[in-house]
Amino acid sequence: MKPTDTKNPEYFHKVVDCQYACPAHTPVPEYIRLIAAGKYSEAYMINWESNVFPGILGRTCDRPCEPACRRGRIDEKPVAICRLKRVCADMKDDIKSMLPKIPKNKNGFKLAIIGAGPSALTVARDLMPLGYEIDLFEATSKAGGFMRQQIPSFRLPAEVIDEETGYILDMGVNAHFNTRIESMKDLMAKGYDAVFVGTGAPTGRQLKLPGFELDNGKNVQVGVEWLAQVAFEHVTETPKDVIVIGGGNTAMDCCRTALRLGAKNVKVLLRTPISAMVASPWEIEDTQAEGIPILENHSPLEYIVEDGQLKAMRFELIEYSIDDEGREVFAPTGKEETIDCNLVLLAIGQANAFPWIERDLGIEFTKIGLAKVDDVTFQSTNPKVFFGGDAAFGPKNIITAVAQGHQAAISIDMFLKGEELIERPDPSTNLLSQKMGIHEWSYASMVTEEKRHLVPHIDLDEAINSHKTEVELGFDAKTALEEAERCLNCDVETVFTADKCIECDACIDICPVDCLTFTSNSEEAELRRNLNVPALNLGQPIFVSDHLKTGRVMVKDEDVCLHCGLCAERCPTSAWDMQKFLYIAPKPVKR
Amino acid sequence: MSYKIPTFRHPNLPKNDLGYTSKDYEGAVSTLCAGCGHDSISAAIIDAVFEMSIPPHRVAKLSGIGCSSKTPTYFLGNSHGFNSVHGRMPSVATGANMANRDLLYIGVSGDGDTASIGMGQFVHAVRRNVNMVYICENNGVYGLTKGQDSATTDIGSTSKKGEPNALEPIDLCSIALQLGATFVANSFSGDKDQLVPIIQAAIAHKGFAFINVISPCVTFNNVPGSTKAYDYIRQHMASTNTVDYVPFAEEITAEFEEGTDEKVTMHDGSIINLHKLEMKHDIHSRRSALKLVQEYKAQDKVVTGILFMDEHSQEIHETMNTAKRPLRDLGTKELCPGAASLEELNNLHR
Repeated sequence: MKPTDTKNPEYFHKVVDCQYACPAHTPVPEYIRLIAAGKYSEAYMINWESNVFPGILGRTCDRPCEPACRRGRIDEKPVAICRLKRVCADMKDDIKSMLPKIPKNKNGFKLAIIGAGPSALTVARDLMPLGYEIDLFEATSKAGGFMRQQIPSFRLPAEVIDEETGYILDMGVNAHFNTRIESMKDLMAKGYDAVFVGTGAPTGRQLKLPGFELDNGKNVQVGVEWLAQVAFEHVTETPKDVIVIGGGNTAMDCCRTALRLGAKNVKVLLRTPISAMVASPWEIEDTQAEGIPILENHSPLEYIVEDGQLKAMRFELIEYSIDDEGREVFAPTGKEETIDCNLVLLAIGQANAFPWIERDLGIEFTKIGLAKVDDVTFQSTNPKVFFGGDAAFGPKNIITAVAQGHQAAISIDMFLKGEELIERPDPSTNLLSQKMGIHEWSYASMVTEEKRHLVPHIDLDEAINSHKTEVELGFDAKTALEEAERCLNCDVETVFTADKCIECDACIDICPVDCLTFTSNSEEAELRRNLNVPALNLGQPIFVSDHLKTGRVMVKDEDVCLHCGLCAERCPTSAWDMQKFLYIAPKPVKR
Repeated sequence: MSYKIPTFRHPNLPKNDLGYTSKDYEGAVSTLCAGCGHDSISAAIIDAVFEMSIPPHRVAKLSGIGCSSKTPTYFLGNSHGFNSVHGRMPSVATGANMANRDLLYIGVSGDGDTASIGMGQFVHAVRRNVNMVYICENNGVYGLTKGQDSATTDIGSTSKKGEPNALEPIDLCSIALQLGATFVANSFSGDKDQLVPIIQAAIAHKGFAFINVISPCVTFNNVPGSTKAYDYIRQHMASTNTVDYVPFAEEITAEFEEGTDEKVTMHDGSIINLHKLEMKHDIHSRRSALKLVQEYKAQDKVVTGILFMDEHSQEIHETMNTAKRPLRDLGTKELCPGAASLEELNNLHR
């Protein structure tokens, strides 16, 4: 193998598993260390720079970082990254003075942003400090989009949304609430330099079975729309028997909300087995903990409506399997079941619709009704129009919407400055030795054996009394510190300098996880097999040094390295050094 | 400074026949200087004992005083240990071995502990053919007293401070050979591929197995003028043979080359597969081994590998016709057979 090029920022970035997995590439270990040091405001700002909504994401993020966490590969459970994020939001001081200054003299460009969800607000946040003038249009009365309308308050209190959307609106965005854009053509005629569409994926899918017409949209409702009505307090109670159809997070939100609005008998019905549910495991656990039954392998057949009143729903029991080509097969068993209900909430996916974008504006659409959008630049086929969030590629999650908002903001900035959009700016990186003295590091190199901490919940009886009472209490300072200490500091990289190495074996002898080997060089597959413990996790890179004096190379398997620094501590010549690698994802900058 | 190693280990760490991983053979974190050759030897001992699936509680590690003699703390943390007086490890090992012949005895010593203060002890352990592995971690310097030349420092070799050494060095392998040692090897701490199978062969050997391991002192004796520095040894090392240790009942998978390979069957049925690089040398000939050491020395080279072995050697228990079982397994009747038995014994010699 060729010697590893650690100058390529992506090599060390990939070692920081959590940050690499995060769509917005938030420098996770950096803010976790700040939490451990009690510097909550600084930790909050690292998050805010990167993911814009730390308080919101600290409660609701899909947390792709956690399955990626290295701790999960050596210990049972990853670091509770998401809940630590909430800690810095909960415990910070007033951070207003740390927010970027908005220039009084504008740069002359005027943007329209449609929608006030995570991607739209991210574009505004990124471009306001550069002097853009921004008009923002939102159909409802408040900012937040999906975050406000479809995530129930018991998971995400409205104050948190108000605070974090407020930081952006207060930058001087010309926000027009209760203003639904009905015609893209009319909007574009107003002469905006660019338009960003962040309208989300507002429509949930209907399920038109026999009986649907008889109900006439009264008691068979699309879950996300129902959740929005609850959020805006248009719906304050539910009938006794409620059925939720679907196995995603929205289904979990629907059933738990229904329980809080007075339903006595809430059931979740799935076409699939529970094992095939797409909801996050922790959401399923929380739902079951509240005593809501989840019935599997029930395929809906009919709404039973008598005298205009929904009475029950008929299901066919199916046998679920996956065929050779990986497709789901729902084989009827011939058995049927009728379940009483007065309200059905459909949470079977969301559909996109852009009836308000005229088809003659140069914005091309795909067969499934989405605009054709470049997945790197987020530009549509009309170069002035950009898409992001769920409006771009369909329903994903908040952190993806934020990441797409960043990319769209970069593109808009480059587009208006006449630059090639495909030549994306580089990330900024910094590599700094953590050596404080002989055998001393400026980070906590000891690896704690502390187990993952659970977030305390309020009492169940109290929880289901109100849909506004937040269920999770968040970590206190002591628990946060203990959980923060579990972070392995993967961003403190093991940096090897081949010409300093005297091949004394000290690092190899001390390495607790046997990830280092001196060996003769060969092709990657063979090299991986030849290591002291073979490097079988192909998802993790191996580092190969330049040739050493004996002709061998130093090979490091990054897979389970604990970043404990013992190799560098036992190295007599400092050929190994522990250096902190800070990777800041690219963003639009003042030039 | 870290005083503790994280407890996490690689999830795919191999297990030996006893179901142990190498972690079960580790000791405390070394407090020696970073990069000390001795730590590599500790690691080689761990590897050797782990691979041979020796239960840790069947091993006794013994040492004297010095940097080298501190190392038993850093390996085989679940084994028996005895840190004796400076240079007196051979006596303690001999006594322990006399009392319990069933344990594996690994003595660790240094050039000061062996070639200076302990020379009088060392030579008698060799002479008696005590059944043990004796590893001399030889760095040619008194590290613990801050870098004076030792009795094994070569003429003209310089350490970090001071004059080139003017006195003739003691060659421990030659001395062991001359005293009738039944297994003599020379190796280098920086070459585990060679050292681990040599330690395994020494463990399989019945009788006194002496391994001199050149082990650079990074703090005082890893300088350009030293003949025991990493660079010097790497440039001047010449192997007489490479070794594969094949445990009893395991199929020999190493390639056997006619003419250059030699199989030696040990008393426990295990096999030492020697790949001879120096064709003139016969490892069963003491004279050939002595000649080899001298010839290489004359060329400024350090010869490594197994220099001599006598797999049919008679260890001290056999020579003395002692009890076949450890003393602790004998009853009072056998240990104190009474006045009549003593009288009978005395009469034999009247």
